[in-house]
Amino acid sequence: MSSANNLKKSLLVLALATTLAACSDNDNDPVIEDPVVVEPIVVEPVISEFTITFSNLTAGQPLSPLSVIAFGDEAPWSFGTTASVGLEMLAESGANEEYLSYESALAAVSAEGAIGPGETTTVIITVEEQETLNLSFAAMLGNTNDAFTGLSSLDVSTLEVGGSLSRTTTAYDAGTEANTETAETVPGPAASGEGFNEIRDDTADIITMHPGIVSNQDGLSTSALGVEQKFDNPVSKIVITRTQ
Amino acid sequence: MKTSTLTIAILLAAASQSTMAAELDLKVTNLTKGIHFTPLLITAHNSEDTLFEVATEASTALQTMAEGGNIAELVAQATAAGSDMAANPAEGLLAPAASTTATLTTTDGNEYLSLTAMMLPTNDGFVGLNSWKIPTEAGTYTINLNAYDAGTEQNNELVVEGSGAPGTPGIPAAPGGDAGTGGTGILSGDTNTSIHIHPGSLGDDDLEAGNSDLSNTVHRWLNPVAQLTVTVK
Repeated sequence: MSSANNLKKSLLVLALATTLAACSDNDNDPVIEDPVVVEPIVVEPVISEFTITFSNLTAGQPLSPLSVIAFGDEAPWSFGTTASVGLEMLAESGANEEYLSYESALAAVSAEGAIGPGETTTVIITVEEQETLNLSFAAMLGNTNDAFTGLSSLDVSTLEVGGSLSRTTTAYDAGTEANTETAETVPGPAASGEGFNEIRDDTADIITMHPGIVSNQDGLSTSALGVEQKFDNPVSKIVITRTQ
Repeated sequence: MKTSTLTIAILLAAASQSTMAAELDLKVTNLTKGIHFTPLLITAHNSEDTLFEVATEASTALQTMAEGGNIAELVAQATAAGSDMAANPAEGLLAPAASTTATLTTTDGNEYLSLTAMMLPTNDGFVGLNSWKIPTEAGTYTINLNAYDAGTEQNNELVVEGSGAPGTPGIPAAPGGDAGTGGTGILSGDTNTSIHIHPGSLGDDDLEAGNSDLSNTVHRWLNPVAQLTVTVK
C-alpha cells in the first residue's frame, strides 16, 4: 500500500512539473525554459512470497507436479467452462509447460515433481505485490483419463506475512477426454497409455466435478484400473503461507 | 394474573421476533458431470418446518419429489407452514454444470434454509440442504450440498416410463438421453428406509443389457453434487 502511495506521489510530482512548464509560456517574452529536472524516484517493487504445501490425500492416485499461477482477474480455469489447451494437456498427461505459459499470469511455477499417495511437496511462488492477487492451482490425477484437482481461484490480496490459508480440493473432470479408463488412454503407472490427445470426445466439453473412476473390479470390463485407483473427495490439501 | 400472563406472552413474542427479516440472493450450481436436477425448491423456514430431516423417514411430500421430481406437495406444505420460498427458479431441469439464481426475502422467524431437487437418473436420489442457519451478518456464503437417498424406493436403476409416481419402482427419465434399456435390475439389499447419504449409482458397461440401465462411466457422481451461494444483504 505504501509503495502504491509513493508511486502515486511520484507521478503527481511529474504531472505538476509538466503543468508548470506548460504555464510558463508568455506572449511577449519568450524565454527559454530551464529544463525541469525531476529526480527519478525509484519505487522498489514489493515482492510477495507464498510457500505452498500440497498433500496427496488419495488412496492410490499419483498427482502430477502442482502448477501454481498468480493472476489478477482472469483465472486460468473455471468450473462450467471449456478447458484451455494448456489445461487439457495438464489434465490428460500431467505436462504443464503450456498451461504455465498462461498469458494473464503474473507469475507461474511448477512443483519439482509428482507426488504419490500420502506424500507432500512444497513449492514457492514470488510475485510483485498487487491490489488484487489470486492464486490458482492444478494437478492431474495420474491414473485417470482427464481428472485434475486444484483451486480455480483463491484470493490472497489481504494475506499478511506469516498468515496462511488451508483448503482441501475436489476432483474435477476437464471434459476433454471420455472416461474410458482403457490401457491405451490412461497415462499413469497403472496403465502407461497415451497422454495428451487433441481430440475432445467427452460427453460435454466443459469442466465439471469428476464422477470417480469405475475400475475393472466394479463393472467396467475394459478398464485398466483396479480398486487401488479409486478415490473420493477431497483428494488433496493445499496450505498457502505468505512468507514475505 | 391475566396481565402478567399477557406480559409474558408479549415478551415471548418479542423475543421470537428478535431476528430481522433478511434479503437473500441465491445461486445454485449443479456440480455433477452427468446428473440433471428436477425443479428446485428452496425454503426459508422456522426451526421446525424443514423440507426434510436426515435419519428420519421421508414425508409423502418428500417421497413424491424424490421419486418423480414433483414439488407441488412440498410447496403446499411449506406454504401452510408460513415458509418463504423460491420454487422452480430454473423453470425446469438444471443441467450438469449449469447454474440458476433466485432472490428470497425472509419473514421474521424464518431463520433457516432448506433445499431439495430430485437427481435424474436415480430412483429416489435428491440433492439437499437441511436447515442451514441463515447468518445475520451481511456477506456471501458458499455451501456444498450432498446427494441424499430418500429411502423410499429400492435403487433398481431401471428406466421405466411413468415410474415417477410415489411407490412405482423405476427411474422416470434420463434427461441426458444417455441411459440404456434392457437391464434386469439391481437387486439391492438396501434396507435403510430413513433419509440417508446416497451410496451412489452403480451402472454397468452394457447399455442394452446387464443389471442397470445406467452407464457406469456417465451416471456416477461424488459428493458434493451442488453448490449453493447465499448472499445476505
